[in-house]
Amino acid sequence: MRPLVSVNKLFRVFDVSKPWLNRLLERRNKALLTAVADVSFGIPERTVYGLVGESGSGKSTIGKIIVGLLAPSSGSVEIEGVDLFREKDEGTVDRIRSDIQMIFQDPYASLNPRWKVGDIIVEPISSRGGDTVGVANKLLEQVGLSARDATKYPHEFSGGQRQRICIARALASEPKLIVCDEPTSALDVSVQAQVLNLMSDLKDDFGLTYLFISHDLTVVRHMSDTVGVLYLGRLVEEAPRDALFDGPKHPYTQMLLQAAPKLDGSVREADIPKGEIPDPINPPAGCVFNPRCPFAVDRCRKELPELRKLGDHRVACHLAE
Amino acid sequence: MVEPVLSVRGLTVEIPTRHSVLRPVDTVSFDIAAGEILGVVGESGAGKSMTGNAVIGLLDRPAHIAGGEIWLNGERIDQLKGDALRQVRGKHIGMVFQDPLTSLNPLLTIGQQLVETIQVHLDVSGAEAKNRAVNSLNEVGIPAAAERIDAYPHQFSGGMRQRVVIALALCAEPSLIIADEPTTALDVSVQAQIIALLKRLCHERGTAVMLITHDMGVIAEAADRVAVMYAGRMAELGPAREVLTKPAHPYTVGLMGSTPLASAGKERLNQIEGSMPRLDELQPGCAFSPRCPYAQHKCRIEPRPTLEAHEGRAACWLAGEVAE
Amino acid sequence: MEALSRAWRSDFSWSFRHSPVAIISLGVVLLLVLSALLAPWVAPHNPFDPASLNLMNGFTRPMEPNAFTQEIFWLGTDDQGRDVFSTILYGMRISLFVGFTAVLFALILGVTLGLIAGYAGGWTETTIMRVADVQLTFPAILVAMLIFGIAKGITPVDMRDEMAIWVLIIAIGLSDWVQFARVVRGATLVEKNKEYVQAARLIGRKPGAIMLRHILPNVMSPVLVIATISLALAIIAEATLSFLGVGAPPTQPSLGTLIRIGQGYLFSGEWWIILFPAITLLALALSVNLLGDWLRDALNPKLR
Repeated sequence: MRPLVSVNKLFRVFDVSKPWLNRLLERRNKALLTAVADVSFGIPERTVYGLVGESGSGKSTIGKIIVGLLAPSSGSVEIEGVDLFREKDEGTVDRIRSDIQMIFQDPYASLNPRWKVGDIIVEPISSRGGDTVGVANKLLEQVGLSARDATKYPHEFSGGQRQRICIARALASEPKLIVCDEPTSALDVSVQAQVLNLMSDLKDDFGLTYLFISHDLTVVRHMSDTVGVLYLGRLVEEAPRDALFDGPKHPYTQMLLQAAPKLDGSVREADIPKGEIPDPINPPAGCVFNPRCPFAVDRCRKELPELRKLGDHRVACHLAE
Repeated sequence: MVEPVLSVRGLTVEIPTRHSVLRPVDTVSFDIAAGEILGVVGESGAGKSMTGNAVIGLLDRPAHIAGGEIWLNGERIDQLKGDALRQVRGKHIGMVFQDPLTSLNPLLTIGQQLVETIQVHLDVSGAEAKNRAVNSLNEVGIPAAAERIDAYPHQFSGGMRQRVVIALALCAEPSLIIADEPTTALDVSVQAQIIALLKRLCHERGTAVMLITHDMGVIAEAADRVAVMYAGRMAELGPAREVLTKPAHPYTVGLMGSTPLASAGKERLNQIEGSMPRLDELQPGCAFSPRCPYAQHKCRIEPRPTLEAHEGRAACWLAGEVAE
Repeated sequence: MEALSRAWRSDFSWSFRHSPVAIISLGVVLLLVLSALLAPWVAPHNPFDPASLNLMNGFTRPMEPNAFTQEIFWLGTDDQGRDVFSTILYGMRISLFVGFTAVLFALILGVTLGLIAGYAGGWTETTIMRVADVQLTFPAILVAMLIFGIAKGITPVDMRDEMAIWVLIIAIGLSDWVQFARVVRGATLVEKNKEYVQAARLIGRKPGAIMLRHILPNVMSPVLVIATISLALAIIAEATLSFLGVGAPPTQPSLGTLIRIGQGYLFSGEWWIILFPAITLLALALSVNLLGDWLRDALNPKLR
């Protein structure tokens, strides 16, 4: 079966150089940041794919490319077999667009403060000239707010309630895929639980597919069916949730799981990873993780490991077995 | 019993507004002993940062301490002003904030900042101060400290910068460190490094640490004791292990249930309905009663029980029953 | 009714009620604007109706009966016997009209260009903002005079008096759009990266709709402040141009024209001809400016 989303050899390079005059005076070359490098994965319908990584891992960039907010530098993203950036037929583009929605991290910035909540929610429909009668009220009730809230403005709501409004807007065009970019990292724990539970319920009710992007391992573990681990723009490991968390194969995944806080406070100082994420403008040669990897051998410093199949896992490591 | 380093009794902070007087911190009491890390945990608006700021005397007007006492090493500090306050602030209390970039002066090298802090608070020569600065950088795990002492803050990575901030907080050898969300801006792997560092330094030097955070994981890893705050009040106070595994206050019970960390493998998280009331919407009775699944008539009308620093664990009428 | 009581309780109105400067300024502005608007009914004379003028009334001192006609004029009369009080009321109409229209023109031009520059970025932005920068290096009054001169050259002679007011408006407006454009561009740069704009892009909204419906309403509060302060500046700019003789024609004298006429008699002792229009101009510009200052503080959440 064809997956709903398939990402093929995706690259995205940002030009982060200074203006040309500064470059000329300081005799510097263009600085290019490869935010996403050679990433391929698929998301089957009605599943949750969790993308986890630390800052600079490229997880948000991948999310933005999938929803069409950013263009890929090379490679492609196909949704239901359609590549939004190459498709010429406007009708098809519009149909696919209405199948994709996104929930953002900051519930304060993601709602227009000058619009009424009801208008915000139905914008995906009204902008296409669709019929919006009663839609906002129904959606508000589905996300646990009341129909009366439609006439209020965003500032009258708390962070958790705003995120519910964002979810209602995301549902308005009856999408198949929702890309969730750190949807709960700005929320308090008890509110996060409400929002995560709501998202789980809606997934079952509406038959949704999620791409769930987060830096928080525990949240990704709670939500996802399959998890992909990103490091410096590369997919280093991918596996079904339990396989990944119970038996991580890539040294980076192992390190991340080890460093994550445990409730029994069992992290020992000896286990704590050394070093930090290297500068993404000048990534290390060979395997990008080799400078921090406790097992690195000569080959790792020279040769970039391919993502290879290993049981349920896909791992980009020469040594994993 | 050993005298605690910091002892806060009935601390109340008030903010007068046009309509009413808000109490972001309401009769809060706790102690921190030497070499102990007290985790102060709560959701946004719980008053945890405000408590930290009140202790260090950094409340922004119109917020002010309206009641209670703060004792540091047997000396009352809540009424100090001007020079005396500044002396206490830098010398006896060190501060570590969330964002390491804004807590360092970008125009001075880290060496200059360390030496300046040391010389203001300790009576030592310039050479000695520099020596101490290098030592403190070594101690917080900055490689090649002697060379990097002349580097500017922007030449360090986020984790390294937070180490510098910790070195800066420690260099005057304070007896108390207030760390306000010290790892929130950092990545998981770096966060673990910083927590371990704080833990080690505090235990080695016998520094008391007030660790303010919203992250239960950080508390579990770092804190010896934990204080749970809700709507400006202390909800629960006790040894970290016990509070996290056998919470006594219904709010702590709910908080732990809603942490994905504590519910690995469960289909749904236990959620607390609603959200924390705004300070101007507080009902009489227990502040948590509108969201509390166990709340009874008594909880809604009687002023909530105040939690004293030593007695009891949970500020709840039903504490004994809820734990079952 | 409920909306009214909510407005009364809002921070904005609270801040107004607790600022004596704002209350007094608004009072002065309202008084001046209303009396200008109602000039035909308020003014005791119509200074532009030749039939009502009596040269015998020339140079009457304020509050003193005229030596020949025994008529009393509150603020005296000018050389042609026109009532100074009435000419001020009529002159203020011209000043306010030119000020308002010029600011409106500058606002529309500046906001549009600022929005486009901020949202489009790239070469569009560079071009617009460089033009703005270049214009900023010239004093606004110089730009206005330049535009005025060019316009005067290309309009037919018999149209000049009629066109003078409109040329004045365009000249002042064109010299003033830059600050609107700069502020709006800055605010747009901030807003366009907010997630609500991304959400709208994601839906497939066109750039025009995003700028107009999403960004514009969110960048308007600083524009309102600048518009108020610009109004004071535009009134002064108009007065300056008219004083220099390149503004409102003597047939339609504004406050500036009145001051120019009056300064000729300053040393011959007829001080009232220049003093009262000047005081009016000062009161008008100052109160509008103070109102703008207060507005800036009231709309700036950081100072609240």
